[in-house]
Amino acid sequence: MPGPVDLTIWFLGTAFELLFVVCSVARKSFLRYFFLNLYLLSSTTVSIGRFLILWSCGQGSDKYMYFYYYSDALLTLTLFCALISLYSRVFGELRAGEYVKWGAVFLLLGTAGFSYAVVAQSAERLSTSFAYELSQNLYFVGLVLTYILWGAVLKLRETRTQLVQIILSLGLYFSGYAASYALVNFSGKFIIIRYICPALGCFLPLSWSLTMLRYTEESRLVPAHLVAVPR
Amino acid sequence: MMAALIFVASLATLWMFFVSYCRSLMAASSRHPLSAEVRDVTGIRAVASAGDYRRVVQLLQLCPERQEDRTGLQAVNIYHSFLTAARQMFAWIVPSLRSWAEHEQACCAYFAAVALDRRIAHSREMLAEQDNL
Repeated sequence: MPGPVDLTIWFLGTAFELLFVVCSVARKSFLRYFFLNLYLLSSTTVSIGRFLILWSCGQGSDKYMYFYYYSDALLTLTLFCALISLYSRVFGELRAGEYVKWGAVFLLLGTAGFSYAVVAQSAERLSTSFAYELSQNLYFVGLVLTYILWGAVLKLRETRTQLVQIILSLGLYFSGYAASYALVNFSGKFIIIRYICPALGCFLPLSWSLTMLRYTEESRLVPAHLVAVPR
Repeated sequence: MMAALIFVASLATLWMFFVSYCRSLMAASSRHPLSAEVRDVTGIRAVASAGDYRRVVQLLQLCPERQEDRTGLQAVNIYHSFLTAARQMFAWIVPSLRSWAEHEQACCAYFAAVALDRRIAHSREMLAEQDNL
């Protein structure tokens, strides 16, 4: 069973996920950010499912392990869809929705193919390893895509405060996740590192919720103020 | 080796996104005009300067907190501390860093002054409500 700190972070994360959904319904933005809401609602459902399985079968059980890795892959896919929906919103005015959609499908298939090629070399538990590998690779692709999206936001001089802050929070989340994964790989013995990934899971819905609370869809910012070196 | 490389690269993007996030917070309040009262009390006239930040933060601590601006102020405070450290450590190597950091710190000061303005307005509203009761 996880310790009190793990459980606190877990419950907080789930509460923040629900908070975002409530905020977007209150702001009448549920459909506008449908895929973000879908991701957080899926994450809440998965959290409850994981907790129930953990409670009944224990952390070391096969059932929990399978559920954990498959649901993680599913959540990463939903997050990928949420990211693509942000692309659609940024490029919406350029009428590039079709290109974005096909690009996303191509990228997803490419990542799945690459993950399969990596996993196919080891014979044991192919499907679980594939779910894990796909999840990790999609996180990396997500980081790169968010970086590109941020570049596009600057280039297109995006002024919608809500959208800009949602993208930046996602960038912070992906970068933090990548950094903590790398840190686990070379110094996993430090106990504090165990808490970084779940804490980051709390950060994203909290940051999105605060954005929803602070700004309306009509809020605008001065795009020139976003670049680090004034133009 | 690969993990170290990914770690350094992700830290660099983390920093980039953090700076942009703070700048987006500050950009969102840059259009807010300061009230004459806040201008008087902070000494900020048309534009803020890097040195104004600490004074404005001290004034902020005297006002009742607003939940809405707490996290934004914390993020900007961390950003300001990073800028101070960068100015002290690297300005002698890269002289242009000093003026850039000062410009950024001035933006932090303006953001804090806008928060102060909102807190004063919020406190006034609360007092008015109490009077009505």
